[in-house]
Amino acid sequence: MTVDKPSFHSSASDTHTAKPKEQKSWVPIVLIGIAIAYLALVQYIPAINVFTQAFSKGVGPFLSNLSQPAFLHAAWLTLLLALISLPVNTVFGLCAAWAIARHKFPGRAIVLSIIDLPFSISPVVAGLMIVLLYGRNGWFGPWLQALDIKIVFAFPGMLLATAFVSMPFVAREVIPVLEEFGKDQEEAARTLGAEDWQIFWRVTLPSIRWGLLYGLILTNARAMGEFGAVSVVSGNIGGQTQSLPLFVEDAYKQYETEAAFSAAVLLALLAVVTLVLKEILERKTRIKDVE
Amino acid sequence: MLFVPIAAMFLKASTETPARFWAIATSDVALATYNVTFVTAIFAALLNGVFGTLIAWVLVRYDFPLKRLIDATVDLPFALPTSVAGLTLATVYSDNGWIGSLLAPLGIKVSFTRTGVAVAMIFISLPFIVRTVQPVLQEMEREIEEASWCLGASQWQTFWKVILPPLFPTILTGVALGFSRAVGEYGSTVIISSNTPYQDLIAPVLIFQRLEQYDYSGATVIGIVLLLISLVMLLAINFLQAWARRYDSR
Repeated sequence: MTVDKPSFHSSASDTHTAKPKEQKSWVPIVLIGIAIAYLALVQYIPAINVFTQAFSKGVGPFLSNLSQPAFLHAAWLTLLLALISLPVNTVFGLCAAWAIARHKFPGRAIVLSIIDLPFSISPVVAGLMIVLLYGRNGWFGPWLQALDIKIVFAFPGMLLATAFVSMPFVAREVIPVLEEFGKDQEEAARTLGAEDWQIFWRVTLPSIRWGLLYGLILTNARAMGEFGAVSVVSGNIGGQTQSLPLFVEDAYKQYETEAAFSAAVLLALLAVVTLVLKEILERKTRIKDVE
Repeated sequence: MLFVPIAAMFLKASTETPARFWAIATSDVALATYNVTFVTAIFAALLNGVFGTLIAWVLVRYDFPLKRLIDATVDLPFALPTSVAGLTLATVYSDNGWIGSLLAPLGIKVSFTRTGVAVAMIFISLPFIVRTVQPVLQEMEREIEEASWCLGASQWQTFWKVILPPLFPTILTGVALGFSRAVGEYGSTVIISSNTPYQDLIAPVLIFQRLEQYDYSGATVIGIVLLLISLVMLLAINFLQAWARRYDSR
């Protein structure tokens, strides 16, 4: 009996510990292998390809590609688009986030999903809407023509398209932070005699700063990288209404693959910087969400 | 900024008679593009439903070198401009590209075919599934799995009967998000496809082509079809999210 019992016990614990261990030794490895292989096929190999293609003939041709006037103009336009749509969307996003997080009103859920609309609409459809509104035969068309303002096939249209597609990011990131932060401190500030402005700058803004920054990074990445909506609206005239993503596509179509990849490297670096900043912020705040 | 453009689109469409609207919306070319767009997008989203869930599982449950780096790079398709994605995918999967040259001897052409469109859609919709499933998986209690092991269930049984059912609505939400992104995608798909009608022409590109021909009503009608589909998808996603939360209330 005394011999039997331990042997039974040990054999039971043996099968219990050995079985999962044996399976754990290969199941995770196979699954990790499949996951990495899939990511490599879909993401890593194409990403590495951007850099090797751009530098395939060395740094010299790469740099000379980057000094072409068409490229420089496209880069400047992209920078300008981001520089203008960033503050506009920040102000809008903060207002919208404040209205939604601080007030209970009927249809709040609907407003929330409407804010997300620019994400779910195809960028081409977004561009189409702007053409229908501001184009020559559009709603504001005759009026704009009378004033001699050109929006479609010109910079203002590209700006509208960029602002439209990158609109929701700030509001989306700030709303949850505002809701979590609550009203208490703002009310405390008010009882201590602070004015609205003071409350915003000294109490609200510092507490939402990481969420806001996260939203700004995503807004910037989208604003600089938007292709579909901008290409519908801009008319894609080289050296005039061509932003960097449009330049990449146009150069590729004209069989100037190297020029295309040189510009693509810059945009890919933008993506890398965006991911690094995102990761840093996520570690700081532990926001982990889609988009 | 939001309502006026949408209203403008519907008003533009309403200047057409319903019969003409229907004729444009269901013309042969349009029907062929819906077929290419939606079938390819569903295929891409479902494939990512499987592999995205697997990637989320691996990232949540296992520890391995470079895990943090791999986790961070899942978001690459969000951050990488779509035209760059299209450019590099078209090159890598072309006949003399890194992956395409391996597939070419097998008679598989990827770039400038419908398969290429699928590859681009897979690329851009993958993070939606991973990032939707990941947080839910993180919160799932391992005790339930352990209980099922203790009750004698095998790994397969545990996976099919314990892990998958509560996760399923979340996976579907991710697939729906990925699908609606894939349907609307323009930048990467336009570059990797040859944009030949009836073969690999997708609906957003058709809108663009109609606009280039100054056929505004044709573009608007197809735009409305796409818009309605994104609205339906938005509703479906909200419904799925509510379904996914059904375990929370208990």
